[in-house]
Amino acid sequence: MDFNLNKQQELMRQLMREFAENEVLPLAKEIDETERFPEETVLKMARNGMMGINIPKEYGGAGLDTLSYIIAVEELAKVCATTSIILAAHTSLALGPLLKFGTEEQKRKYLVPLAKGEKLGAFALTEPNAGTDAAGQQTTAHFDGDRYILNGSKIFITNGGVADVYIVFAMTDKSKGTKGISAFIVEKGAPGFSIGKIEHKMGIRASSTAELVFEDCAIPKENLLGQEGKGFGIAMGTLDGGRISVAAQALGIAEGAFNETVKYMKQRVQFKKPLSQFQGLQWKVADMETEITCARMLVYNAACAKDEGKPFGKDAAMAKLYAAQTAMRVTTECVQMHGGYGYTREYPLERMMRDAKITEIYEGTSQVQQMVISAAVLK
Amino acid sequence: MKIIVCIKQVPDTTEVKLDPKTGRLIRDGVPSIINPDDKNSLEAALQIKDNDPDTRVIVVSMGPPQADIALREALAMGADEAILISGREFGGSDTWATSYIIASAIKKIPDYDLILCGRQAIDGDTAQVGPQIAEQLGIPQVTYAQKIEVNGDTIIVQRQYEDFYQNIEVKMPCLITAIKELNEPRYMTPGGIADAYSVKNVTVWGFADVPVDPEKIGLKGSPTNVYRTFSPEAKGMGRILDGSDRNTVKELLSELDNKHLL
Amino acid sequence: MEIIKEKCRGCTLCAGACPFGAIVMVDGKATVTDACTNCGACESSCHFGAIVVDKAEESARDIKDYHGVWVFAEQRDGNVMSTTFELLGEGRLLADKLGVELCAVLLGYKTEGMASTLGAWGADKVIAVDNELLCNYTTDAYANVITKLVESRMPEIFLIGATTIGRDLAPRLSARLYTGLTADCTKLDIDEETHNLLQTRPAFGGNVMATIVTPNHRPQMATVRPGVMKKAPWNPAKKAVIEYVDIAIAKDDIRTRIVETVRELKQQVNLIEADIIVSGGRGVGSAEGFVLIEKLAEAFGGVVGASRAAVEAGYITADHQVGQTGKTVRPKIYVACGISGAIQHLAGMQNSGCIIAINKDADAPIFKVADYGIVGDLHKVIPILIDEIKMRVK
Repeated sequence: MDFNLNKQQELMRQLMREFAENEVLPLAKEIDETERFPEETVLKMARNGMMGINIPKEYGGAGLDTLSYIIAVEELAKVCATTSIILAAHTSLALGPLLKFGTEEQKRKYLVPLAKGEKLGAFALTEPNAGTDAAGQQTTAHFDGDRYILNGSKIFITNGGVADVYIVFAMTDKSKGTKGISAFIVEKGAPGFSIGKIEHKMGIRASSTAELVFEDCAIPKENLLGQEGKGFGIAMGTLDGGRISVAAQALGIAEGAFNETVKYMKQRVQFKKPLSQFQGLQWKVADMETEITCARMLVYNAACAKDEGKPFGKDAAMAKLYAAQTAMRVTTECVQMHGGYGYTREYPLERMMRDAKITEIYEGTSQVQQMVISAAVLK
Repeated sequence: MKIIVCIKQVPDTTEVKLDPKTGRLIRDGVPSIINPDDKNSLEAALQIKDNDPDTRVIVVSMGPPQADIALREALAMGADEAILISGREFGGSDTWATSYIIASAIKKIPDYDLILCGRQAIDGDTAQVGPQIAEQLGIPQVTYAQKIEVNGDTIIVQRQYEDFYQNIEVKMPCLITAIKELNEPRYMTPGGIADAYSVKNVTVWGFADVPVDPEKIGLKGSPTNVYRTFSPEAKGMGRILDGSDRNTVKELLSELDNKHLL
Repeated sequence: MEIIKEKCRGCTLCAGACPFGAIVMVDGKATVTDACTNCGACESSCHFGAIVVDKAEESARDIKDYHGVWVFAEQRDGNVMSTTFELLGEGRLLADKLGVELCAVLLGYKTEGMASTLGAWGADKVIAVDNELLCNYTTDAYANVITKLVESRMPEIFLIGATTIGRDLAPRLSARLYTGLTADCTKLDIDEETHNLLQTRPAFGGNVMATIVTPNHRPQMATVRPGVMKKAPWNPAKKAVIEYVDIAIAKDDIRTRIVETVRELKQQVNLIEADIIVSGGRGVGSAEGFVLIEKLAEAFGGVVGASRAAVEAGYITADHQVGQTGKTVRPKIYVACGISGAIQHLAGMQNSGCIIAINKDADAPIFKVADYGIVGDLHKVIPILIDEIKMRVK
């Protein structure tokens, strides 16, 4: 068992750290305050070949492993959780299912431009009445000779409104329950497809979270992803992978807040000594470092399991559950240790704390992760 | 075109600390990076390659085996080939011996048109190795390049001085040293990182591979020796100047004068 | 050096390796011409052992045969650079310690006027080479001429200003002369025992100081950081012996061509690149009060900075702000006026070379990082400071 990254992965971290610090960090505060989608950053990531890190070269990607991609998400999240989720939703949730379930034709047409970053992807499963209970899909897809007609709406869709290609789930046969769900590739501008409400959120405020509306939206039959009725499996398999990237995001948020705090503790003097010399605070540092290291082990373990082709659903769920909790605990503690400054917008801590919360909610709440883990244990 | 780019792996000097007891550098935990000016020289080469895809960019570095990662980074940025000159025999070389070794290695690379170096390395700040390589190879040099324009078999270099610049024309083969104003180095790409460890490789040249006179390399061949190293005077806790306002001001200015700060 | 004709295969590698173009091919064999300096660069290029460099002659040149301190008298547009006078000041001290002559080497065109000033700055002798081709600096012309001078006259120490020209020329020369060169020295001294030149310079980004020696090669070459050494007092009564040396320069030997020279207008000085920054904080009290800060900056020849408190109070615009949310600066001198030294501010300026704090509150944290502190009312102290600086300039 080797707990060290290989040289290639080390270089990947170096690249992403430089990119995050030079290109992403300077915008983090501004886009959080204005809720502005950082289009220029996405363009830069595209230009630098970062939009398909774990996609094979033949499909326009970089040809690296999952762990390298996970490191990218982690490094971005250290400075800006918003930017990390834009990349993660695109890569894990749109490219992931296309690579795994797409036909050669679909890969050529959609995966290649997405992996090259010429287009942005999104994943649409959640509905007003189907959140954690994803099986309760009400969006329908009716087969009409050579096309499917979609009706219904999706909510809380990350990259919604800014993405060019959406993986959309809909009921092709309501009578079959989860076995009646199918997955579709829907392009921006498809007739009858529109963007509804854009959400205002507590954290990751610059990521676009939107409602998608389908009104007699016609999709060519070639855009069915996988087989009819296999959508639920595609969704769940995709989310398993997505969870590793959200776990990496949570890990990055925790590390970012922790690093800021360590720096601050060496500088901030109270009662004539730096904070770093107060034992009560030293203990907090020890606990946080330990938790972050645990989270990192779990996240990398899940990524490695996926790379090795092993089942990784439980590993991913544990990684996300623990990393998200760690992010929340660490950021809250870091705000506290910064005192009044931590609560102000001059320091990034309050933003990190707000950003951390979503990691306990999206791509399966912590409670869903517990369900997945316990189900695997108790089966 | 065939371009040779000389790079050096250096400790990130902003992170270097000194052991107060031994007076030695604490290198542990200090990240190693490609010397910043060298990255500008690599970027210049890659930009020439962008415009003329037939260009081959060969990065050369002298250093310990760990310098491999710096060369991989250069490959991940887009260089075509990498050569690491590495051997115990080369250790202890000063700038003269270093330039002699690197020049001797470059002589093995046939038909190069251009050699690009960074102006100076942040761990030594000598700015000597570039011009010394040029001299050892007997080719012309232009240092402090802030702009480079290839024009057939000649290059026009915008050469920086303290308060002016010159456009200098030089025929290839020649050696140019780059300053940070020359360009903004590109990032590696994830795909480039994949290539750096698959389709591309780092060739290691040891002592036996480089035709050098053993008397002219290493500590023995180096004209200069380090006599001693020491920490710069530690910053005092600060001195409060006493007296009337006029007197404190006078004392302040004479202190600044003594330190040649004015 | 010698070429053993029997071993030579006519591969021409040595001809390419020769920096002086002193090897030509005659009847398919390498042949040495008079241009050879016996530098030995060709020896290792030969794969067949056909080249033997005569080392006897080299070793005969005992380092004890080298005498005198030389200073490169850099000139631009017919004006001797001020760095040259600093080098002469330092060179004088070294020459006196060694009991040898201090000689300035001046290359240029129409140099009489310049040559005559060098004595007053401490030179005993001036070697001048006057040639139209030396009017503007080129690496090849200058390196060729100086190499010939050094080889024929053999100085023991050769100092060159660490200017953008000096740092182009010096390494080229040292490589050709196979001698040691120490860059950007901030301190020079003579070892009492060995009489070697002790060359001290910062290394590793200023984290370490290193003293370098060149024990077995001559001349001992060093470039010296401008502005560090002190000029000797100007003494117009002291005259140097001026010797004009005629050295032929072939135009074709100059392999670079200056197409044009462009003077740049000094760009608007910014905080990041400024050598001196005078910053004001809340203690300045008003926007009008910042006029005082500006005047002090002007007197110092620096630029105006500010703390976040001063910016937020509307005393000055945000582009002057130094600190965590402003700019990070490391000037040579940072003057903090009426700035308490909040951590945000310190983060942006604590790496400055010399920090001077003026503040009413003796307990202000700014004094912890300051090299010099003046406890007092800035509105009283600064006018006196401006006054004293102006008196000094006069």
